[in-house]
Amino acid sequence: MTQPLSPPRKRSPLNRTLAPSQPPAARSRTSHGFTAAAAEGRFALQCCAHCGSFTYPAREICPECLSTELPFVEAPRGGVLVSETTVRVPADVYFRERAPWRIGLVKLDCGPVMVSHLHGDCAEGERVAMSLQLDKSGQAVAFAKPQQETPHMQDDRQWREMTADPKFRRILVTNGRSPVGLAAVEALLKAGARTIHVGVPENWKPFPEEERLRALDGVKLVPLDLGDERSVRDLAADIAGKTDILVNTAEFVRPGGLTDRQGTSFFQMELAETYMGLVHLAQSFGPAMRMRGADGIDSAAAWVNVLSVYALANWQPFGAHAASQAGCLALSHCLRSELRSGGVKVMNVFTGPIDGDWFQTLPPPKVAPRAVADGIVSGLRQGLEEVFVGDVAQDVRRRLAANPKALERELG
Amino acid sequence: MNHAARQRLSYDGVVVAAPVTVPYERYSIESAQWWIGRALKGLVESSGIDKRAIDGLVVSSFTLQPDSAVALTQHFGLSTRWLDTVPLGGVSGIAGLRKAARAVQAGDADVVACIAGDTNQVDTFRRTLENFSRFAQDAAYPYGAGGANASFALIAQHYMKRFGATREDFGRIAVSQRANALRNPHALMKAPLTLEQYMKARPISDPIHLFDCVMPCAGAEAFLVMREDIAASLKLPVARIAATIERHNAFPDDVVQIRGGWARDIGELYAMAGMRPDDLDVVLTYDDYPFVVMMQFEDLGFCEKGEGPRFVREHDLTIGGNFPHNTSGGQLSVGQAGAGGGYLGLTEGLRQVLGQAGSTQVAGARAALASGFGMINYERGLSSGAAILTGPSS
Repeated sequence: MTQPLSPPRKRSPLNRTLAPSQPPAARSRTSHGFTAAAAEGRFALQCCAHCGSFTYPAREICPECLSTELPFVEAPRGGVLVSETTVRVPADVYFRERAPWRIGLVKLDCGPVMVSHLHGDCAEGERVAMSLQLDKSGQAVAFAKPQQETPHMQDDRQWREMTADPKFRRILVTNGRSPVGLAAVEALLKAGARTIHVGVPENWKPFPEEERLRALDGVKLVPLDLGDERSVRDLAADIAGKTDILVNTAEFVRPGGLTDRQGTSFFQMELAETYMGLVHLAQSFGPAMRMRGADGIDSAAAWVNVLSVYALANWQPFGAHAASQAGCLALSHCLRSELRSGGVKVMNVFTGPIDGDWFQTLPPPKVAPRAVADGIVSGLRQGLEEVFVGDVAQDVRRRLAANPKALERELG
Repeated sequence: MNHAARQRLSYDGVVVAAPVTVPYERYSIESAQWWIGRALKGLVESSGIDKRAIDGLVVSSFTLQPDSAVALTQHFGLSTRWLDTVPLGGVSGIAGLRKAARAVQAGDADVVACIAGDTNQVDTFRRTLENFSRFAQDAAYPYGAGGANASFALIAQHYMKRFGATREDFGRIAVSQRANALRNPHALMKAPLTLEQYMKARPISDPIHLFDCVMPCAGAEAFLVMREDIAASLKLPVARIAATIERHNAFPDDVVQIRGGWARDIGELYAMAGMRPDDLDVVLTYDDYPFVVMMQFEDLGFCEKGEGPRFVREHDLTIGGNFPHNTSGGQLSVGQAGAGGGYLGLTEGLRQVLGQAGSTQVAGARAALASGFGMINYERGLSSGAAILTGPSS
């Protein structure tokens, strides 16, 4: 039985904050096939293209038929926990600080045996459901959970180490004016967030949802203009040290590519709001979050960017916007690398055109802000790095993987 | 492709001599090169052989980087015409012996120095765990960083459930080895161990507790494999190799390891030696954990699979007992000097059959079996081996 988490107590200013440490990070190159799957919440194993046998750990050669064709494919998650141990005296700092730590051997239905982290409700001899998770080093690891849902399952200590669950965490949502920001606030509150600071750009301008937001328990509106370095710094001075999850919903959508826009002012504005906005946020909030990656159950845990899926492949009708998003995507990879030493995940949530003012003239399918918010919450609860929300984002992602050139022609 | 099994050549004309142990230290500021060199010096001094007559060298070490065996020829001023490195941990001794014996028999070398040695500096053990193998790095070490303790705990836990072994059964092995070690001046463990102390020890990775674990240390073990006529001219006491076996990745389809490769090859071992398990006077198993010893009692033919717990309850494993086992105290009580742990049984077995074991001598020991086990590449020990040595009056 998982003990439900208790709300974190107020920190004593006399206590030193535990400096984050990382679990062993070294992996073979082939093993990063698991990283790619874990980033999106897929369970993939190598399966021989010739003889069809599943194999594990990562190999270059099939042990059955010596084929070198071992693609990572979706694999059945079921298995049996055949043996377990509780590691009480680990050899490295990360696990020493977290011992005792339970691991086990899982015999998968599809063949291989995996050494795996265990959810507390897994019992020896019983069936388990496997997943690949990203640990605090950002590396993929196998995780076994009971096959059936158990009470407070999400609160398990070892599971929480793999995820960035919003429960009891303090969150900054950067834009309360945008439909996605608003929906995110509601979804995160529902997921158990303790407090949510909601940024309001151009604070002096009223907006229809303001009163409803103010009335929500745990929500606090704060002035925040992402394009203004001073504004971001001022807010960070107040709350950076108590921000566990940062949800960057910055958006600045205007149509047009390069030659069909007049002048450069929109280019500058969209870069200021989105690209420079991310720079300002990263410089102001990043260092404080990175220091707090091991700070108890409400440690700093994740940084979320909501990005257009056209950051991955330029779509000419909104080409300049897509380019600014591509810049943000590149920054996010830099940020991911910089926050990794603190165990803080960077999750990108890719969306197609969102149902709202700026994509008004586009035909469906469009993504409801609510769906984006749900994608954020479920991604955090699973500890993902990449989330694709809606049919358009999924479609672009698959086309890109299949043939980037074809996608370029299709979009242009 | 059904080749009839071919009768293996005996080891006629080849002998083993000059068991050397460089006394262990818990931590050392010296290098692996120092420890291995000390062992070489021990071989020369105890055999009286001219260093220039050593024309073969086989080395095992985890801590020799960036060197390999060839660097040692220059370092030690050897000029060999046969050289090998055996990176097989617990099977290093058996594998080194086998290679050296065949090289001598074939005339590729006349006198081979077989040496395993490692240093143990403050951070050595953790670094060895971290970098042990690719599969371990990818798929075992990131899970709790428990190293071999955690990996063997998973195997032991399964074994206990399946065969009804208890911690007391394992404790009997550890306690009797400690009793043996108290007679070995070189053993690092010098205090007696009771079953009660064993049971109360702190847990390391359930069901592995403190006295199930070896103490990593620095040290070296060595012996000579040489032509019989050369040994005779030096008037060296020598042992013969009655039989050997070696196997890697024996039972990949066992979901969790319940046996080592011995189970597959044991018939050949005893047939080659012309012996039965009863004919052995001393047994020296690879004891990185007591339950691995129990597995070997089964797989080496002293009892059936699953009968290990009963076998241990029914036998006295001390030097004076009815089943003298790990008479030096084994790695559990002497210490594990890295790859030296894979030689410990052989050097002790050699001393026993040569009548040179001193305070740990089993009276009238003529035939000794030493076994090796190792290389937990991912979730099981891959390598197993065994050798039977017989003494002069056998």
